[in-house]
Amino acid sequence: MTKHRFSQHALSEWMKDDGPESEIVISSRVRVARNLRHQPFPLLATDQQSKDVMDQLTEVSQSGKLQSMGSFETIILSDLSELDKRVLVEKHLISPNLANESQCGAVILSDNESVSIMINEEDHLRIQCLYPGFQIQEAWTLASGIDDIFEEAADYAFDEKRGYLTTCPTNVGTGIRASVMMHLPALVLTSQINRILSAVTQVGLAVRGLYGEGSEALGNLFQVSNQITLGQSENEIIDNLYSVARQIIEHEKAARKRLMQESRLRTEDRVKRSYGILSYASIMDSKESAQRLSDVRLGADLGILTNVTPQMLNELLVMTQPGFLQQTFDEKMSPEQRDFRRAELIRKQLRGEKGHGGASI
Amino acid sequence: MYCQECGKKPATLHFTKIVNGEKTEFHICESCAREKGEGIPGAPNSFSIHSLLSGLLDFEHMGSSGVGGAAKQPVLRCEDCGLTYTQFSKIGRFGCSSCYQAFADKLDPLLKRVHSSTIHSGKIPKRSGGQIQCKREIEQLRRDLQAKIEHEDFESAAELRDRIRELERKIADL
Repeated sequence: MTKHRFSQHALSEWMKDDGPESEIVISSRVRVARNLRHQPFPLLATDQQSKDVMDQLTEVSQSGKLQSMGSFETIILSDLSELDKRVLVEKHLISPNLANESQCGAVILSDNESVSIMINEEDHLRIQCLYPGFQIQEAWTLASGIDDIFEEAADYAFDEKRGYLTTCPTNVGTGIRASVMMHLPALVLTSQINRILSAVTQVGLAVRGLYGEGSEALGNLFQVSNQITLGQSENEIIDNLYSVARQIIEHEKAARKRLMQESRLRTEDRVKRSYGILSYASIMDSKESAQRLSDVRLGADLGILTNVTPQMLNELLVMTQPGFLQQTFDEKMSPEQRDFRRAELIRKQLRGEKGHGGASI
Repeated sequence: MYCQECGKKPATLHFTKIVNGEKTEFHICESCAREKGEGIPGAPNSFSIHSLLSGLLDFEHMGSSGVGGAAKQPVLRCEDCGLTYTQFSKIGRFGCSSCYQAFADKLDPLLKRVHSSTIHSGKIPKRSGGQIQCKREIEQLRRDLQAKIEHEDFESAAELRDRIRELERKIADL
């Protein structure tokens, strides 16, 4: 099987640009959920019905309108290996649900991977747009534009009172889920994070850790997203998320400033210690690597480390995930072997050794 | 966070099992922990938003029909896809767009609890939603009109009235 382009590069093309506030906001994402009126939702659809939905929606993607927004490739999930699917999940291009449970699932990817359109996920159509840095409004504008293209050709399940109808009642109405991925090490170090995050959940937003299952936030990365989809307009939802995220950014900036004023030596020591360990360790589990990479990222943002770029770190974040590791080394590994390979990969990336690291995997 | 076992009580016991580097997280409430002891069944994925939702729905069911009353009620079913309300309350997901009509009477309390609202006020599809868009605009204009009248700005009020009539004619043509 030939390797797909998406599974060879850890860093999506769209992640190579610097967005606004990129020292704190890694990425902004909007996804909208839509369904076709005259088809049962994927949960109850027969094989034939799912296939009809897939055919109808992929046909739209081949229309000139979508292609005028860039070049798109349609990937049928059943054509992919388990490992390929896992890599797509680790790059946030598809959901675990589409990878594991869909029937006639497909994804339409733009060539810079900033747009991913999932078919037969929990809903017939899920349009997802990713932007680097703090660009949540831009992500919504793009998603809404793509939504309009599909709406021209497909009869959406829409109800005057309930809005866009979705499989899960938690998505009904606007069908929108907007989120920003934030790196908040200084708020964690200064023990302010819990106070801030519990305040966030009081205003209708949710917080999750990146890649984390449950409540654990690996590497001080937090995803803040809207919880409510009904009763507020998309712009209200986006504005609400924007202004809350803006406040969190200011708090994190203030906390970083204080760290450098009040405990400069300690902070430098922490950053350099982590850099040293990542540069020389032989075994590195995913939890430790996430934490140490967070320290190094903070060090780069604060100017303590000058030879590390945010792009290198974003790349490592994806490269050190289990699926991508196995893809890189082209072998199936036990968790222990992965910890060994992970350490090797990080060493090479940070110290510029030749080998698997870098852009040419 | 609610207990991943019963979905009803807040989870107070959080633990992570690591076996040969494979990690599994558990979040359960005290009574489930006591009941199950160490051998907690259920894969890590058994807790989901859907089981949480169905917890909410079950709760409602008990509240409205009382214990034992459920059997006597006629079965509420979506004619299009065949999903019954009981099934919906178990899985927390709809089967098709018609389910929203079929279960309409029961949805308001659920939507209120999840979204604190029951009525959509966002985007409307361009092609199929022209009429709805006009109606929304008329509602807004009527509110503006009322405000103008209250401020005795009758000139602007007359303009708004003409605009409303124009939109009403447009709806009649659609």
